[in-house]
Formats: sequence, structure tokens, C-alpha cells
Amino acid sequence: MSNILEVRKVTVSFDGFTVLNNLDFSMERGELRFFIGPNGAGKTTMLDIITGKTKPQAGEVIFDGDKNVSHLGEHRIVQLGIGRKFQTPSIFGSLTVFENLEAAIGFRDYTHQLFGPMSGEERDLLHETLEEIGLQNRAQVRAGLLSHGEKQWLEIGMLLIQKPKLLLLDEPVAGMTRRERDRTGELLLDIIKNRSVLVVEHDMEFVRKFAKTVTVLHMGNVLCEGPMDEVQNNPQVIEVYLGKAHDEVRQVRKKQVVVRRTAPQAAAVH
Amino acid sequence: MTSQKNPFRTFLTDWGPFIIWGVILLLAPMVLSEFRLNLLGKFLTFAIVAIGLDLIWGYGGMLSLGQGLFFGMGAYFFAMYLKLESGGGRLPDFMVWSGMKELPSIWQPFASPVFAIMMVLIGPMVIAAILGFFVFRSRIQGVYFSIITQALTLIVSISLIGQQPYTGGTNGITNLSTIFGHSLADPQTQVALYLSTVIILGIIYILARLLTRSRFGRLLVATRDDEARVRFLGYSPVTIKTTTFAISAVCAGIGGALFVPQVGIISPAALDVVPSIMMVIWVAVGGRATLVGAVVGALLVNAGQSAVSEQFPNIWQYFLGALFIGAVLLFPQGVVGSYRMAFARWRARGHSADAPEVEESPVAGSGRLAQEVVE
Repeated sequence: MSNILEVRKVTVSFDGFTVLNNLDFSMERGELRFFIGPNGAGKTTMLDIITGKTKPQAGEVIFDGDKNVSHLGEHRIVQLGIGRKFQTPSIFGSLTVFENLEAAIGFRDYTHQLFGPMSGEERDLLHETLEEIGLQNRAQVRAGLLSHGEKQWLEIGMLLIQKPKLLLLDEPVAGMTRRERDRTGELLLDIIKNRSVLVVEHDMEFVRKFAKTVTVLHMGNVLCEGPMDEVQNNPQVIEVYLGKAHDEVRQVRKKQVVVRRTAPQAAAVH
Repeated sequence: MTSQKNPFRTFLTDWGPFIIWGVILLLAPMVLSEFRLNLLGKFLTFAIVAIGLDLIWGYGGMLSLGQGLFFGMGAYFFAMYLKLESGGGRLPDFMVWSGMKELPSIWQPFASPVFAIMMVLIGPMVIAAILGFFVFRSRIQGVYFSIITQALTLIVSISLIGQQPYTGGTNGITNLSTIFGHSLADPQTQVALYLSTVIILGIIYILARLLTRSRFGRLLVATRDDEARVRFLGYSPVTIKTTTFAISAVCAGIGGALFVPQVGIISPAALDVVPSIMMVIWVAVGGRATLVGAVVGALLVNAGQSAVSEQFPNIWQYFLGALFIGAVLLFPQGVVGSYRMAFARWRARGHSADAPEVEESPVAGSGRLAQEVVE
């Protein structure tokens, strides 16, 4: 069976700075894939390429086996079945929760259909989704008044209602309280049934809890790929992911050493 | 959603004020003098324009300074028919003065009222659709959209003045005396025109209200809030914005066409930059994104303007400026928006136990209007 997503030799650079360098990877259908990598590794740019926000200078993105989406408009790509959840919850603050979902539902309709009422099916789907994200009692509240977590759930609901084949999640648990994070984790487990999901995440605890396959990005390229345990113990990964942090700590310490001249102790502290 | 128990009551609270005001406006000819009725009729044509502007600006967040252009197009197209009809087959007077020998070919089809009315509707729509498509596709937003629409208005108004033999130049198209065979000076014709204006305003108001409550309306507001998100939701903001812009242009065109027979003249001054900005003031004073506010604003500002200018012909423009600044600073939600907020607060205090959600105007943040104007 063909892959749900193939990114083939994609290169992107901004003002001479190469963000993605010959990036090459693929995802199978139904796969839950995590992407990690240090800041500036090109994770968000990769999502921008897949969703059409940024166009690649070279290479192509093949979706659902045979659809080349590299040069399609953003809304066309969504209509083909790629949904994206943004890092900050982006919902429409002046619409109610109900109206937000209503706005999400007709994305494959022609413009003139949007002037008419929703079909019975759509209405049922909307109410189901409201319950699924646990906001049925908040349906008439303006979305701008929701808490951070509720906004995230609403946005997830807007994605769910569109039933995307491939879902891209950009740091879904960033800025959440513990309770909100657990609830979001549950929601995500719901979402990933019957579809392929690509998650970019910084929160390592979250990654460890849910990840089967992890891809590590570094300098706009795939550094390594495999199960979480394997990746965690890969010396190269430790070098770029943790080594950098070690370097920084070391540099800070050197400064302290100069001031205090107690090098061995300082090293022992950490 | 809130009171599904009694659909009739819901309908009444929803459409009651509309029905009451509709009846009052329809009965106005029995009370008002000929002069006042004519004035009111003129203001109501402005209200039609204001509804269109409220759709594009209040709901869509795109401040069009080109509504005067579409108003003018509607007015000129209809005036061309009226002129030919009034002349009874003779060459229009300003063409004779310019030394024209026969009717130019672009004028000829306007002898047919059906063609003229079609042009009133199609002309503004096509121009707005073409302009909107290219502007919105290039993702031009905010002030730049305002500047482009204003520039276009200026260009058209200047070229109307320049093309004296075809357009009547600075004077415009004057001496319009009949419509569909009836004399415009006849009070009965004026009452008929007034009543048609009320009915058309009512129809346009209902359609606009249905539009803002449809999913398209939600998406329009959504596009105003966060255009990128709308795109990633699978919609083309270009289609949504262009469609709305075209609809607002048609409203302005209809307003213009109804304006001409009631005033009896149309000149380039009516579609200049200043009238276009005046239209923005109507909506700002009445309250954006409320629809009723557009109508209330158009009536209030114009009634105030004519009352003040009758009393103080020299300084009424200062009143107007003060009104606008006052509205922006003190009532950024406009008359209707402020009223609705106060009413919602009063109701929430009255029975806080089962208080419904505060029905705020969807214009989020009270400082927005001021901010936009400053921009």
C-alpha cells in the first residue's frame, strides 16, 4: 500500500540560509509519528511545506499516494485531507463555540451552499463533536472567553469535524497545565484512530508517553529515525540534542570558573 | 438556540422591531410633508448603501473607501435612462452644448429601462469582483485596500468630469423629469418612489441579515478575525472577500439608482472621495457589524446634518467632525452597539441566575475602531 505522505528531497532557504536541506522521509498510513529536534532544526518549516504555506525551492511533497501538493494553495491541500493544528490555539474569538464548529464544517462546500442551512447529518456531526471535546455546555459562549485548554480542545474539535486523512500537530501540549495536558493526551488518542498523525513536540515526557516512531531533525535534515528507546540512546542524537545544552552549561560554568576559580566543585554540582 | 420553547416569541423578539419600524416607515407619507418625505426617502437610499458597507467593513473588516464609486455607478446608469426618457428621443442637452451630433453608442442601450436596471446591478458587481479578486489574491489588506478603493473612486470621478460630452462633466446629468412615463414633479410619483425605497431597503436588510447568520457570514467574521486560519480550515478567503465586496457594491449601486429619481440630478460630486468617507461615518456612528446600526447611523447622521445645516449653514461640518470623533472615542461600538451592550448588562443584572450569554456586538475589543482609524 502506498504511503500517506512522502517528502522527497525538499530544500528551502530564506535569504541564503538553508532551513530544510534535501529533506527526505515518508509516513505509512495509520502511523503516529513524532518529530523532535533542537530549535531551528526546521520542524515548523517542514509543516509549512506540507501545508502549502511555504513553497519548496526544490523537491516535492506527495500526499495520499499520488497527489503532488507542493504547488497547491493552502485551502486546496486542506480540502484534500491534510489538517493542521497550530502551536497557539487559533480559533475565532468573536464567534461562539458552536459557530466556530459551524464554520469548520462546510469546507468542501461550494460558496453558494454556505448561504444555506447545514444538512441534518452535519448538524448531528456538530453535536457529536461538541460532546467529544467536552464543550457541550459551552456551545453558546464566545470562543474568545474560553480558557487556554478549552481553546485547544475547540481547535481540535474543528479539525475532528473535517475528518482529515493526515493530521499535523504543532506542539499540541505547549503552555498547558498538567490536567489540561492529560485531557489533551486523551483527545489526541481519540483523534489518531483511523488516521495518520504527525506530531512536532518539545515536551519529552509527552513524547515518551505516546511515541512509537520518532524522527530527529537536525539542520534541516533527518538525523535518525526509529523507536524512542533507540533514538534516545543514539550517540549522534545525544550530541546534537543534549550535547548542545551541555556545551552551553559548560560555557556558563567557565565564566563562573573565571570568577570563582572553583572548577571541580562547579562541575560536580550538575 | 436559547428559547426553543416558543418559536413565535423567538420570531417576535427577533423580527418585531423590524416589523414595527417597517410599518412606521410605510405609513410616513400620511404624516410627513412632501419636502420631508423626499428627504427621508433620500436618507433611506443612503441606508441601503450603509448596509452594504457594514457587510464589507463591519463583518468583513475591510474598510472600503470606494462605496461612493459604486453608488455613483448605480446613480449614473439609472440617470442615463431617465435622461433619455425625459428627452423623449432628443439628444440630451449637455451633448448638444458639447457639439455632439448623435447619441454615442454606449448611451443607446440605456433607452431601455430593463437594460439600465440590469446595469445598475451588474456594473458595480463586476467592477468590485474584478478589483476584489486581484486585490485579495495578492493578499493586500488593511489600509492598502482602503487606499486602492479610494484611488479608484478618485480616478472615476475625475474622468467623469473630463468626459463632458458623454457624462455632462461637472454638472452631471440634470433636468431629469420623468420616470416610466410619470412626472417626477408629481407628489404621487415621489410617494411611490419613497415606498419602493422602503420596500427595497427592507428586502436588502432581510437578505443581509440572513447572510450574516449563514455559515458564509460566520466565515466572513472568521476571515476578519484570522484570515490565515480560515485558509487552513480549507476555505479560500479570496472567494469570501470578493463575494462580500461584490454584494456590498450591488447595495451601493441600488442605493444610487434609487437616489437619482428622488433628487432629480446626479453629479460627480456624489461619487467623490468625501461622500465615500461620509458613508464610513454613518456606519461608525450607528455601530459596525450590527446591520441595524448602519441604517440608524445613515438616518441619524443625515437627519442631524440637514437639521444643523438648516440652522447653521456655515459651521455644520464642524458638528459632523465632532460627531465622528465623539463616536470613535466615546462609543466605539456605535449607537446600536452601545445600546445592545447596555441592554445585555441590564438583563444580566435583572435575572442573573439564568442570564443568557451576553449578546455583544461581534466587534471584539472596544478600542478597535479608534485603532483602525488611526492606522
